[in-house]
Amino acid sequence: MGRTSETRLSFMRLKGLIWKETKQIVRDPSSIGIAFFLPVALLLIFGYGVSLDAEHVPIGIVIEQPGPEANDFAAGFRDSDFFDPVFYESVQDAEKDLIERKIMGLVWTRSDFARTLLSGTTAPIGVIVNGVDANQARIVEGYITGVWIKWLSSYALSHGKPLSLPVNIKHRIWFNSAVRSRNFLVPGLVAVIMTLIGGMLTSMVVAREWERGTMEALLVTPVRIREIILSKVIPYFILGMGGMLLSVYISIVVFDVPFRGSYLALGFASALFMLTAIALGLIISTAAGNQFVAGQIAIVITFLPAFMLSGFVFDINSMPVPIQVITYTVSARYFVSILQTLFLAGDIWPIYLVNCLWLAIMAFIFFLIIKKKSHKRLI
Amino acid sequence: MDQAQSWQDDFCIEVSGLTKTFGSDDKIITALDNCSFKVKSGMVTGLIGPDGAGKTTFMRLCAGLLVPDEGEIKVLGMDAVRDFLKVQSNIRYMPQRFGLYEDLTVQENLDLYSDLLGIPKERRQERYEILMRMTGLAPFKQRLAGRLSGGMKQKLGLACTLIKPPRLLILDEPTVGVDPVSRRELWEIVYSQVEEEGMSVLLSTAYLDEAERCQEVILMHEGHTLGQGVPSEFSQKLDGHCFMLDPGSIPKRSLQRELANRDEVIDCIILGEKIRLVTIDTLDSSQVKQIFQLPDEVEVAHAPPRFEDAFIWLLKERLISLGRDVKLKVITHKKISDLPDEDIIVVKNLKRRFGNFYAVNGISFTVKRGEVFGLLGANGAGKTTTFRMLCGLLPASEGELYVAGENLRKARAKARERIGYMAQKFSLYVDLTVIQNLNFFSSAYGLYGKKQRERVEWALDAFDLRQEANTLSRDLPLGFKQRLALAAALMHEPDILFLDEPTSGVDPLARRQFWAHINSLADAGVTIMVTTHFMEEAEYCDRIVIMKRGKILAEGTPEELKKKYHPPGVDNPTMEDTFITLIEMKET
Repeated sequence: MGRTSETRLSFMRLKGLIWKETKQIVRDPSSIGIAFFLPVALLLIFGYGVSLDAEHVPIGIVIEQPGPEANDFAAGFRDSDFFDPVFYESVQDAEKDLIERKIMGLVWTRSDFARTLLSGTTAPIGVIVNGVDANQARIVEGYITGVWIKWLSSYALSHGKPLSLPVNIKHRIWFNSAVRSRNFLVPGLVAVIMTLIGGMLTSMVVAREWERGTMEALLVTPVRIREIILSKVIPYFILGMGGMLLSVYISIVVFDVPFRGSYLALGFASALFMLTAIALGLIISTAAGNQFVAGQIAIVITFLPAFMLSGFVFDINSMPVPIQVITYTVSARYFVSILQTLFLAGDIWPIYLVNCLWLAIMAFIFFLIIKKKSHKRLI
Repeated sequence: MDQAQSWQDDFCIEVSGLTKTFGSDDKIITALDNCSFKVKSGMVTGLIGPDGAGKTTFMRLCAGLLVPDEGEIKVLGMDAVRDFLKVQSNIRYMPQRFGLYEDLTVQENLDLYSDLLGIPKERRQERYEILMRMTGLAPFKQRLAGRLSGGMKQKLGLACTLIKPPRLLILDEPTVGVDPVSRRELWEIVYSQVEEEGMSVLLSTAYLDEAERCQEVILMHEGHTLGQGVPSEFSQKLDGHCFMLDPGSIPKRSLQRELANRDEVIDCIILGEKIRLVTIDTLDSSQVKQIFQLPDEVEVAHAPPRFEDAFIWLLKERLISLGRDVKLKVITHKKISDLPDEDIIVVKNLKRRFGNFYAVNGISFTVKRGEVFGLLGANGAGKTTTFRMLCGLLPASEGELYVAGENLRKARAKARERIGYMAQKFSLYVDLTVIQNLNFFSSAYGLYGKKQRERVEWALDAFDLRQEANTLSRDLPLGFKQRLALAAALMHEPDILFLDEPTSGVDPLARRQFWAHINSLADAGVTIMVTTHFMEEAEYCDRIVIMKRGKILAEGTPEELKKKYHPPGVDNPTMEDTFITLIEMKET
């Protein structure tokens, strides 16, 4: 009996293990939950609920001296999808509601609105925006400016008067021309969902084998450690890719997110990312002795970074430099970048390939660690 | 060609100078300390010893799961360290928690292990049929392993290891917590394999009565081997040392306590209404009467020696050589007002349901004041659930429940003041020292000031914990932990004490010490309710009920039950024989 028979992979053993793992996934409500229910729930929450856009913002309008011009201007707010205007008699009333956060901002037309309108000297309207939420304040401020300029230019045009504004900005937004935050949030979510399946689910199922003593029994069979690792990687890889397909389908069909790249590129990058996620999950499981600890560690070192440090919600470039450095160790960062490019811009190969290279390097390093850490011993 | 075939036929395991330690520099636990012995091939060898003896560590070393610090292990002639993959291809190992996938069916578990062991598909069916017939699992092929009873799980675990009969089978405590009937079946399976396949079997057990079923035993304690040999040889040495005493009208507990601490005595325990005595010297009945100055009414008769006697002897010798005190300690407890024959616990048609499953299904019994009342049964019989309801920790689904005159379904808090409870798992704070635990539990029971200090002092003295007062309880040996847990349950001087499997895993001397405490409490009038899966401990109780699957099968004194369910053709039946006869009678 040579050394080969002890080290060679056996297809029968591997098949048996994968078959076992598959049955366990199907029978365990928590794996089904994490793999299918959670993606759908997260997509719905982020697709419908969380939005970085301002829509139907309650805004206070005060018209000190009603007149055709002032009324026409106010109507501009009423017609906009972005605002739900509330009308007040006096600025004081409106300020009170602003303080109580019933309205997000306040616009008032002064009594000499019509007169000073086109003089270009003094401002005929006053604007106050609640700045507690800086992000939303900026958006609301921008929208109000937009409404004002739009109305002013059409007013000038219809009255044949020259529009005298100091600067005239022309926006052109690329890639996400509708400026819908959903269009970049939802693709980013695919990375978070795959991290959950790869990192959290994998680490927990392996920890469960240790916890229940099944791993000990498994180790003392002719099984090879590589077969055990492969039997965990393969089913969860397929499950993760399934989660990815489901999320992509929901993104495109339900949320109308444009997809401008090629599906092949998406599949390849997802596969690479899935490997890094599963590998990290396996590393966690070797460190944690039970499911609870494995779950906690997985949340802290896979899920939360994928959420916060991947550029999925928070822009990496506006983070402090030390944090930016940390983001390079988060594989989701590279994948989010690939996803957002593929969905919104198309196959931009330089970006795509650089990020894929990083993912490949990370996967390689992780599997090296696993190879070093896993052996058929208890300690 | 096969290196494995060139091993000497005589021994399946040979170890020399084997040492294994765990932990880091400041806290080193020596699991095995310079052990050298050989395990013979083609027979069943038992590794006998309490928890912490090093049994599991030794088995894991043999299975190539651990690497020794020092020494050599040869398994089937192969080096278990260097060639562990080869070893693992030739042996089967069943860890303590059987290692079955509970979310797979019986059939799927078998299929998985067939795949792992590389059994060709065409040869499987035949093997499965043999295994199913042997284990009686055929009707349950499609049942999830998690839904099987404890005994069936162990049988399935065994079947999985026997799919491809190995040359060496290593079983780590295969019978712990399993009901006696399944236990007997497991032994039959093991022996049939040894005979039919010429297999070598190494198994560990904490039940000393099981040692007698092994062809050879290795006795272990705290990482040392105390002895090796044929079990009957061990007990034969004590032929003429063992006696049965019928105390007549003399209180059995005080007599036992007095005898147990005599220097001439190896062991003295209560067996039902009688006392079993093992002396250091060979004596006859009249010498026993004379030496121990027994009153005339005490009848003395010779009794056959048991394996346990020999183990106790070896253990005592070793402990004395280490300078440890082996005398049994007695504790004092306030005398509970004498109201003889008062029913202090009354249970009527008690039920507890979890989902569709009745863990306790209509049980009724009464316990009198000052009784030691035992609840016997295998794992899953419903003992712990019953206990939790009696302590007011779990509401009953149906039925009536009175403890110390209080209706537990209405006035739980009131009844609890009079109850002490010691849970199955060590339930004190492992990050606190002994004294901190005692302080905490006494204040949790509402003690403060002088009274509290008195009780803590009492506990330190009574349970011999003073030396360890500032030790973190996680670092205590198991026997000390149990004493500490008992002390904590007694801080408020309860008149009813619930003990849930208090002695599982401790060595027989620690078990005797624990029972000495229980007996002195019983003498003070404390009512004691205890669960156990050690059938032998039932003999220490005044009255017992035997439970199975949530129901009571029998109730009575140990003597009554032994008489009623007397196995045919057995002279001095043990409680275990009685249990098996009872189950057989109930099932036919």
